[in-house]
Amino acid sequence: MEWLLFVPLAMLALATAALVILLRNPIYCALALVGTFFALSGLYLLLQAEFVAVVQVIIYAGAIMVLFLFVIMLLDVGHEPPPWLRQDRPRLLLGLGLVVLLVLELAVAIGSWIAPGIRGPYTSDYVNAVGNTQLIGRLLFTEFLIPFEITSIILLIAIVGAMVLARRQ
Amino acid sequence: MRGAGCGVRGAMTGTVPLSAYLILSAALFAIGVIGVVIRRNALIIFMAIELMLNAVNLTFVAFSKFLGSMDGQIIVFFVMAVAAAEVALGLAIIIALYRNKESVNVDDINLLKG
Repeated sequence: MEWLLFVPLAMLALATAALVILLRNPIYCALALVGTFFALSGLYLLLQAEFVAVVQVIIYAGAIMVLFLFVIMLLDVGHEPPPWLRQDRPRLLLGLGLVVLLVLELAVAIGSWIAPGIRGPYTSDYVNAVGNTQLIGRLLFTEFLIPFEITSIILLIAIVGAMVLARRQ
Repeated sequence: MRGAGCGVRGAMTGTVPLSAYLILSAALFAIGVIGVVIRRNALIIFMAIELMLNAVNLTFVAFSKFLGSMDGQIIVFFVMAVAAAEVALGLAIIIALYRNKESVNVDDINLLKG
């Protein structure tokens, strides 16, 4: 009965993603994007990735979207004219043609391909027995310790950089 | 309704295959690319980029499940950390641009054109 959950969540993700790029008021776009994040979080739960699902809601739907809404309200961004009324139609069509190429390429890649790869030790039963979050925590502090520490440096640089960039001269 | 195991109805009662997640992820990524191409508002372009990052995250988690590996979920964790840093810096740049140009339309930002 996974399909009963997958299909509505996938539809919700696609519909809200389409709204993000079609709506004209940036606030509505941001709220549609929150919908996409929640749908993806549901899909992660379906994939037995509970930690990623919760972090998706906390970081994306929480922190990042609040930042977006804050900046939208701070800047008083106006509505933009819809794309089909724009002057630079040749360039727009060129871009959309490239997107069609990309979609065709992705379709060929997915359609003509059988999943290779060596299966890892983390089967569904094992993950359920130990716990998804426990496993991720253990890996983060053993195998992935150096990248994990570098993440903290990246975040520190981001904090300093954002303050320097947004400061009033 | 016919019995399970024949035709589309039979396929619909099983578990969701990896390819379904890959197709959904590809569709989300394509929507993100279209957003970057057709929108001129820097904030919306930024949201479309977030959409593409999320599409790739979905691929990582799906492969992680279907290949019995934990690495995909760890990578998603790092992608989220980098995305948070990227959003903070990008929005700071947009604020700085708005201070100088009074606009977030990317067509108005042409200082390097000479």
